[in-house]
Amino acid sequence: MTIRHHISNQLLMGYSAGQLPEAFNLVVAVHLTMCDDCKARLGAFDAVGGVLMDGCDEVALSSDCLAATMAKLAQPTASLPRTKGSLPAPLMDYIGGDLAAVKWRSIGMGVRQAILPTDTTATARLLYIPAGRPVPDHGHNGTELTLVLQGAFRDETDRFGPGDLEIAGEELNHQPIAEAGVDCICLAATDAPLRFNGVLARIAQPFFRI
Amino acid sequence: MNNKKATRGDPAAKPARIKFMLDTVTLQKSDAYIPAAPYIGRCTAQFAPRKGQLVSAEQVQDELGALIMRVRDGQDEDAFAALFRHFAPRIKGFLMKSGATATLAEECAQDVMATLWQKSHLFDPTRASAATWIFTIARNRRIDALRKSRRPEPEDLSWGPEAEPDQQDVLELAQDSERLAEALALLPEKQRELIERAYFGDLSHSEIAAETGLPLGTIKSRIRLALDRLRHKLS
Repeated sequence: MTIRHHISNQLLMGYSAGQLPEAFNLVVAVHLTMCDDCKARLGAFDAVGGVLMDGCDEVALSSDCLAATMAKLAQPTASLPRTKGSLPAPLMDYIGGDLAAVKWRSIGMGVRQAILPTDTTATARLLYIPAGRPVPDHGHNGTELTLVLQGAFRDETDRFGPGDLEIAGEELNHQPIAEAGVDCICLAATDAPLRFNGVLARIAQPFFRI
Repeated sequence: MNNKKATRGDPAAKPARIKFMLDTVTLQKSDAYIPAAPYIGRCTAQFAPRKGQLVSAEQVQDELGALIMRVRDGQDEDAFAALFRHFAPRIKGFLMKSGATATLAEECAQDVMATLWQKSHLFDPTRASAATWIFTIARNRRIDALRKSRRPEPEDLSWGPEAEPDQQDVLELAQDSERLAEALALLPEKQRELIERAYFGDLSHSEIAAETGLPLGTIKSRIRLALDRLRHKLS
């Protein structure tokens, strides 16, 4: 798998600093699972956080703080074992299983979606686009991240294959079309409603939370 | 069943790490300012690098990393206490800058330090300095406490850190962190402030400009090193 479209420095910094909406964090975490280059770059951004935190002014602790912490050491950590499957682990955590566990809903023209449970600052969804089919032509009021999990799509800007991340801002109007051959499955996140150019899609929009 | 732990506890099986710790000690004894009050023998990490002191930030980070290794490999409570003295007041400061009250910040600082103890087996000194690793724990705790949302994490390497870290790699990483700290300190005030605001939680993701002027050139070797290791592990 050759990944050609990576996480921007801006997004990676936001992820490292812990400033992204949960849905964006999810997309970034899934890309990181698939991409060693970005994982290596993330280490650099985390190092910046380390330097900044280490340079923070020390704030005095209450006198029993160390003792209280020592008392917590014996408590076992509640980390859940991760499910192994064909999808990247952070995504499986949100689906609660593999692709088979996804509850798809049709949104027309053969395209299906499944909204994932994140906080409301942004929305994460899985999109299923049958091979050769387009997604309705749309623009963006905010940022849309689209990560290809399977298959590939093309739009006005380029081709996006497995692992590739498209970062679309307000300036981009596009109509992604799934490549012929394999059905395309993407993980997408938006922090504002899309702007559909077609009337039908605009009417359907509130029902699908797109 | 617990074969890994048994090996770790056996000092005879660890010539390289013992050498590592002795190296660190030698460094401090020759170069570092050691305050009069003795602490736990060879550890001076509680004495953070302050202006005018002779301890370089690189040495301190190196030593703090060695302390985490002592927690990791021997559940060493003295090493933990030294780490606590260095990091807990800074974590509290960091969280208060991020908008937490003093009470919440202190509670979270305790949790972060407890997590350090519980997850010390994941610490890999060739991948992250002590400060970097603890920052990631503190950041996650902050998301949890202040935003009350989940933090999806990438799938981690299932094989975990190596028992015997490559000293050359550890050194390179430490030098790299030092260069990064210097470069950050030299940034114009406004730029540094912007980066701080981003990390302290005061800047939304759309406000984090594409060009923050972060001196990423200073951490090139870190990125290369990390990539080498990831690829090596896979092959």
